[in-house]
Amino acid sequence: MAYQHTIRNKVYSFRDLKDVMAKATPFRTGDALAGICADSYEERVAAQMTLADIPLKNFLNEALVPYEDDEVTRLIIDSHDAAAFEPISHLTIGELRDWLLSDEADGKILEGLKWAITPEMTAAVSKLMRNQDLIAVAKKCAVITRFRNTIGLRGHFSTRLQPNHPTDDPKGIAASMIDGLLYGSGDAVIGINPATDSPAAVTNLLNLIDTLRLQFDIPTQSCVLSHVTTTIGLINSGAPVDLCFQSIAGTQKSNASFGIDLKILDEAYDATLSLNRGTVGNNVMYFETGQGSALSANAHHGIDQQTCEARAYAVARKYNPLLVNTVVGFIGPEYLYDGKQIIRAALEDHFCGKLLGLPMGVDVCYTNHAEADSDDMDNLLTLLGVAGCNFVMGIPGSDDIMLSYQSTSFHDALYLRKVLGLRPAPEFAAWLLKQGITDVQGKLAHTQNMSKLIEHLF
Amino acid sequence: MKDLSKKITDPWESLKEFTAARIAMGRVGSSIPLKQSLEFKLAHAHARDAVYSVLDVDGLLESIKTFGLPRLKLHSQAENRHQYLQRPDYGRLLDDASVLLINESAYPCDICIIIADGLSATAINENAIPLLDALLPLLRYKLSPICLAEQARVGLSDHIAHGLQAQLCIMLIGERPGLSSADSIGAYLTYNPQPGLTDEMRNCVSNIRPEGLPFDQAAQKIFYLVQEAFRLQLSGVNLKDNSGLLDG
Repeated sequence: MAYQHTIRNKVYSFRDLKDVMAKATPFRTGDALAGICADSYEERVAAQMTLADIPLKNFLNEALVPYEDDEVTRLIIDSHDAAAFEPISHLTIGELRDWLLSDEADGKILEGLKWAITPEMTAAVSKLMRNQDLIAVAKKCAVITRFRNTIGLRGHFSTRLQPNHPTDDPKGIAASMIDGLLYGSGDAVIGINPATDSPAAVTNLLNLIDTLRLQFDIPTQSCVLSHVTTTIGLINSGAPVDLCFQSIAGTQKSNASFGIDLKILDEAYDATLSLNRGTVGNNVMYFETGQGSALSANAHHGIDQQTCEARAYAVARKYNPLLVNTVVGFIGPEYLYDGKQIIRAALEDHFCGKLLGLPMGVDVCYTNHAEADSDDMDNLLTLLGVAGCNFVMGIPGSDDIMLSYQSTSFHDALYLRKVLGLRPAPEFAAWLLKQGITDVQGKLAHTQNMSKLIEHLF
Repeated sequence: MKDLSKKITDPWESLKEFTAARIAMGRVGSSIPLKQSLEFKLAHAHARDAVYSVLDVDGLLESIKTFGLPRLKLHSQAENRHQYLQRPDYGRLLDDASVLLINESAYPCDICIIIADGLSATAINENAIPLLDALLPLLRYKLSPICLAEQARVGLSDHIAHGLQAQLCIMLIGERPGLSSADSIGAYLTYNPQPGLTDEMRNCVSNIRPEGLPFDQAAQKIFYLVQEAFRLQLSGVNLKDNSGLLDG
C-alpha cells in the first residue's frame, strides 16, 4: 500500500513499505547507487515520520519480497510467534522505538520478543534511532552461546583470532596464531580465511589448529572459512570440523549467488551437530554477513541494504549460531563511503542482530579506497564495546595480508578490555592465566612462557 | 620515571621470518609502540595517496608515441575521484566526447590495449610503460590505437574495445592498493568484448610490479593467455592459465 506525509503543504508520497523504509534510511552510498534513497534531507525525515506511524501489523501483511518468490520471506513469516507478538501488536514503529528505550523493556522481556519481532521491524525501528539509541537498546540484550567456552556473558568480550596468510603457508599461519594467543586473542574462534577452497588444503589447516588446541588444551574452537558445501564434504571425510562457516544474505536470490539455500544450510547444520565436538554447548554455526551484499549480487528487490542485512539474520537464527559477524567495512565505499557510514551501519547491524537474538560480533574494518582510517575504527570499536558486542577480529597489527584490508589488532582488543573492564570468555581467561600469558588482573604478563608453543609448531 | 622507555619487546621476534604479517610488534602497556604505529600510518598514507593519484596523461602519451601506434585519450562518465569511488557504474561508461572519438578511430583489428587509472594511477604512471616495453614486441597482431582511460573501471574496456572493433581487449589497470603495495597493475583480458559482460568472461593477471610479478614474466603470461584466447575463441573461467605447466 502507498503511504504519504505532508510537511508545510508539501506532500511526500511513498509507493509502498519498502519505499518508505529506503527513503527513511540514514544516507549511505549503497542506497544511492541502487537509486532508492531519499532525494533531500526533508524527504528523508518525512519518510521517517511516515514510518513512525506505520503499525507493526503492516509488516506481517506486506512482505517486502513476495512470500511465493522468496524462501527467506517464507522463513520470516512462518517462524513468527503470534502469541509472543500479541502484547506489542498494537504498537506503531515509532511507539516501538520509544518502548524499547523505556525501563520497562529490560533484557528478559526483550529476549521473550525475539520471535515476535521480524527482521523488517528491527530494521524499520533502527531507522528512527540515533546511534546512542542503538547502543542503549542493544546493551540490554545479552546473547550467550557455547561450544568449548562461553561467549557473550556480560562483562566479557571475545575475539576471533584471524591468522590469515596469502598462500596458506602453515608456518606463516602458525606464527600469526602464536602471536595472537600470546596477546590473549582467540576465544571466539581461531578462524582462517583460506586462500583456496580445496578440501585437501582446508583439511591441512583444520589439522594445524586442532593439534595445537589439543596439545595445549585450549578451550576454544577452530574454523576454516570454506564454502558450506566444502565443509559438508570435510565432515563426511572425517576432518576435525568444529564450526561450520557460511556467508549469508537476506534474499533467496542473493543466497543463490553465494551458492547456498536453506536446504543446504539445513544439511550442513545437521552434519556439524552430528560430530558433537562441543564440550559446554552445541552452537556450531559461524555466519558472516554485511550490508550491500544483496545489491552487489543484483538481488535486492528495491529494498535498502540495511533491511536486506536484517533479513539475513532470519537465516542466521534458524541455526542457533555460535557467532554472527557483520563484516561492515569490507565491501567498499560504493556501499559505505566513510567512517561515519561504516560506524552507523555497524551499530544498526549489532542492534538488529541482538534484538533478533543473535550473538553479534563485528568486523570493525575498512579498505584503502574508503574514507576511513584507524581513528574511525577506534571510535567504532569503543562504541561496540559499550553496546555489549560479543566479539571482534584479532589480526596482527590490523593488517590482513591475505584479504588486503584493515581490521582490529590484538592490541585493539586489549585496549577495549582495559578501558571498559572486560574479560575474555571465562574458560579462555582461566587458560591464559594458567599458561602465564596474563596475570590475575587479566593484564599481559611480562615474561611469557612461549617456548613450548613455538617448539610445537616449528 | 627512571626508565622512560617502557616498550616491551616480544620474545618471539624470530617468527617474523615466516610471515609478512605484523607480528611481534611489542607493546607499551598493551598498546602498539609508536614506531610500529607510524609505520602502519605510512603504509596507509601510501595507499591513500595512490587512490587519489592522477594519471600523468601527457607523460604517458609521450612515452607511448615511441611505440609508433596511434593514441586515444578517453574518459569515463565519472567526473572526478569522489564520484568515481561512489558510483562504479559511471566508471564503466564512456563520456560523450570519448564515444565520438572512438567512432572516428575505429577499424577492424585484433587487439585493443587500454591503459587505465583504476584505483591506483601511481601503478600506471610507474609501471605501465615498462610493462608495454616487455609486452608489445610479443604481440604480432593488428592493434587498435592505444587508449588511455581516466576514472576507469574494468567494465569500461568492453565499451572501448567493442567500439574500436577489436577481437580481444587487454586492459592494464591500477589495482586497489594494499598496505604493502600501492603500485600493482592488473591486466584484464576479454575475448570478443562487448557491453554487458561480467567478470567471469575475463582473465586477470594480477600484482604486476617489480616486487610482485615482474614485467617480463607478466608479459609472457599475458601473451600465453592472448594466444589461447584466439585459439579457443573465448576468455574467462573456461580459459585456464596453464602457462606455468609449460616450464615443467
